[in-house]
Amino acid sequence: MADPLLTLSGVHTHIGPYHILQGVDLVVPRGGVSVLLGRNGAGKSTTLRTIMGLLKPSRGEIRFDGRLIGGTPTPAISRAGIAYVPENMGVFSDLTVGENMQLAATQGAFDATRLSWIKALFPPIATFWEKPAGTLSGGQKQMLAVARAIIEPRRLILIDEPSKGLAPAIVTAMTRALGELKETDTTILLVEQNFAMASALGDTVSVMDDGRVVHAGDMAELSGDAGMQERLMGLSLEVHQ
Amino acid sequence: MSETAIRPKLVAASAGDRLRKAAPLLLAPVMALAGLIAIADPATWLTLTVAGLAMGLMIFIMASGLTVVFGLMDVINFGHGAFVSVGAFVGFTVLAWLAGWTENPAVIMNLAAVFLAILASMAVTGVLGLAFERVIVAPVYGHHLKQILVTMGGLIVAQQLIHVVWGPDAIHVARPQSLRGSVIVFDAVIEKYRLFAVAIGLVLFLGMRHVLRSTKVGLLVRAGVENGEMVEALGYRIRRLFLVVFMVGSALAGLGGVMWGLYNETITAHMGSDLMVLVFIVVIIGGLGSIEGCFIGALLVGLLSNYMTFLAPKVALVSTIALMVGVLMWRPEGLYPVVKAK
Amino acid sequence: MIDRLLSGDRPNSRPLALVLIVIALALAFAPFLFPGTKSLDTAARICIFIVLVASYDLLLGYTGIVSFAHTMFFGIGAYGVALSLSALGASFTAILVGVLGGTAVAGALALAIGLFSLRVKAIFFAMVTLAVASAFAVLVSQLSTITGGEDGLTYRIPRVLTPAFKLLDMRILDVRIDGRLLAYYLVFVSALVLFLGLLRIVNSPFGRTLKAVRDNAFRAEAIGYRVIWYRTAATVLSACVAALAGALLAIWIRYTGPATTLSMEIMIDILLMVVIGGMGTMYGAMIGATLFILAQTYLQSLMGAAEHATGMLPLIPDLVAPERWLMWLGVLFIVSVYFFPDGVVGRLRSRG
Ligand SMILES: Nc1ncnc2c1ncn2[C@@H]1O[C@H](COP(=O)(O)OP(=O)(O)OP(=O)(O)O)[C@@H](O)[C@H]1O
Ligand SMILES: [Mg+2]
Repeated sequence: MADPLLTLSGVHTHIGPYHILQGVDLVVPRGGVSVLLGRNGAGKSTTLRTIMGLLKPSRGEIRFDGRLIGGTPTPAISRAGIAYVPENMGVFSDLTVGENMQLAATQGAFDATRLSWIKALFPPIATFWEKPAGTLSGGQKQMLAVARAIIEPRRLILIDEPSKGLAPAIVTAMTRALGELKETDTTILLVEQNFAMASALGDTVSVMDDGRVVHAGDMAELSGDAGMQERLMGLSLEVHQ
Repeated sequence: MSETAIRPKLVAASAGDRLRKAAPLLLAPVMALAGLIAIADPATWLTLTVAGLAMGLMIFIMASGLTVVFGLMDVINFGHGAFVSVGAFVGFTVLAWLAGWTENPAVIMNLAAVFLAILASMAVTGVLGLAFERVIVAPVYGHHLKQILVTMGGLIVAQQLIHVVWGPDAIHVARPQSLRGSVIVFDAVIEKYRLFAVAIGLVLFLGMRHVLRSTKVGLLVRAGVENGEMVEALGYRIRRLFLVVFMVGSALAGLGGVMWGLYNETITAHMGSDLMVLVFIVVIIGGLGSIEGCFIGALLVGLLSNYMTFLAPKVALVSTIALMVGVLMWRPEGLYPVVKAK
Repeated sequence: MIDRLLSGDRPNSRPLALVLIVIALALAFAPFLFPGTKSLDTAARICIFIVLVASYDLLLGYTGIVSFAHTMFFGIGAYGVALSLSALGASFTAILVGVLGGTAVAGALALAIGLFSLRVKAIFFAMVTLAVASAFAVLVSQLSTITGGEDGLTYRIPRVLTPAFKLLDMRILDVRIDGRLLAYYLVFVSALVLFLGLLRIVNSPFGRTLKAVRDNAFRAEAIGYRVIWYRTAATVLSACVAALAGALLAIWIRYTGPATTLSMEIMIDILLMVVIGGMGTMYGAMIGATLFILAQTYLQSLMGAAEHATGMLPLIPDLVAPERWLMWLGVLFIVSVYFFPDGVVGRLRSRG
């Protein structure tokens, strides 16, 4: 594999007195979707938050496109080309959908073609453009959160459990939208517990447990090997559906 | 494009939900009406109501910065009153320099003097806010206990510095010619200055609303109040945004100080910390971090104080506390609780 | 034995122990070591403020909440005794009634404020107490028919506690053994008992839970402690002790007014004493109160001298004038919060 887009080596993160990440090694190759699996509390969200600079790693290296970004402030990491869709979606409910999108367009103005592509990908964005984001349904908020992350071209998108709490039909649509996003020149690091979604999108997969990555490999290999799934998914049998 | 299963579905706010949002808006008119019933005499009521609005709007000006600063960075500044006092003293100094303009009967000259005084005090308190944020507040982010203590220390030092510069005594501030005296409206005697204060207060409120609703900085502030992390994750430096808000809030407090000084015609080093009592009540009533709540809370407190000063002067301040207790019983987080992510 | 009295909370540092012993002995023998009305008055105030500051430390240092109503409770205690002595005449019964009444009112009010404002956010508490305490001070000066307004109340105390009463007809170490001396020891012994009582509280399981709540309210709640109850209980306890300190002051100075009990200045003094002495240490209250009151009484004349000495220079005389001492305290206060949050006690402990 040519030099990867993002590497974490031996990353430790503390939250207050708690030692949450205990030496995470993770490689995200350029292009495609890397999936991060693991049971509840394994440290997946903490990993994304550490990459995003929202938590400071206490030890270890985070390298993005060859540059060390561990300990860099969040805005700088964002400007380096990483977008983030948090587990709670992070939409500004007091602002309208349009205003949410406007803040994500850091260049100031929208790229018209990109905006219409996004509106086609997620029709509610267009429909509810003037509505306060707080009045959207859970699925619509999730779409807004993803739309915000891709309104400008980014090198890497971190998405934390986009299927969480969504109806199956919406999950299918979201999977399709992410699949379309994958065709563009964007790398996605996807945290997902829904194995159907994960295996449909993923190219590579890493499995976390207790603050460490315990398995890394190709998604195809994992999808095809029921025994291995059993062994690793035993760790994450929260698999929905 | 793929045909999607995503169908736009309007999630209408329920009627009850809308009422919840609108109910606080009715409070100020209800209070005015209750005042009218209790006072019985319409002329007196009108005088008191204008006085209450003037007072409320001045308090709003002082409180707005404090509440946004809290909303944005979870910083509570107990030294906010220092900016009010400093603003008042700087305004007084400028007005004293411009005595020729203020004693001139021409309205334009008078207003020009007041505006220069306001500008000067906003500039000074804005810069002071910058220093205060950098030196006093910045080292204690995320630590409420220390914030309260340290900003209280800042307040003490600032008040003492006022003593050093302007002396320890209360100073009389003369209103410019054309803002003295009163006009008679519907049999009610209304001080001109109070009308002026209401006008300034309303203009500022509308201006603030415009900035918060229609400018990018305003959007960022509102977004930051709800979820600062996400604002950062979108690439904005919230610390810088906060610094700007802190400076603007300090400058507004300075402006409020000038207005209050002209209103009371007396200024002291501790006027700001005295006013903080009302400011805190207003901020709590409105909901920490909410600018609309702060506005409504300020009007309520202004009206109630003035009605009570007429009806039962001894318990005027206690009545505002009772109002706060009442509001918190109804809504434990204030009229407009700020939705925080997480 | 000493260990028992201190509830096992040793100073744990030789210099600290030494300082504390010096303070305790100096206060215990103050009438004989420092004869003179002013010195005795200073010593009594130090005793009273040690209790007041220690009770505040229970809140600030051990529970991690900031109250601006501590002088209100202090005042309620003082006014309780003052009102009852004025109404019932100079008797110990009147004092007892006043003490019990004042403490009960203070406790009840603290309970109400605590339950009310600690329910939502701890930060509300600081603002709410500030507002309530200011309103209370205004109310007291408005209701002048009862409280004497701004002028306050002057009253007589039992004759046994006045200089006119001679206990022994002789002098010991050239000091008259009179009612004033008795009054001092009444203050001293009460203060000692209250201080040791507070020490006991903070070292009890209750006190340890308070610290757990302070350090991580979320976690404490998660392991099953009702955080609000612990915070409210600390508020009530500290208010009651503050009221008792107020009662002592009322007896000692035979006068109670807004300026000596309710003013914001005193509240700020208390804050300074706790922080400079060392938050969350109890012993910090002893050191903070002693240092502060000595400075307040004697340092200002020193600054007066400095003002004269620098009379030629611009601005400097203004900055070192005795009236400016509060400014330097403010600076000292900020610096200590940043750099020595454990105050003098913390410094001494880290040495020894
Ligand atoms: N603010 C916090 N304080 C203390 N512990 C925390 C905090 N945030 C997370 N943790 C702990 O860190 C561990 C990892 O949490 P994290 O949210 O990263 O897990 P996750 O893999 O994303 O789980 P989930 O699938 O439930 O989202 C958990 O044990 C959690 O309890
Ligand atoms: Mg998670």
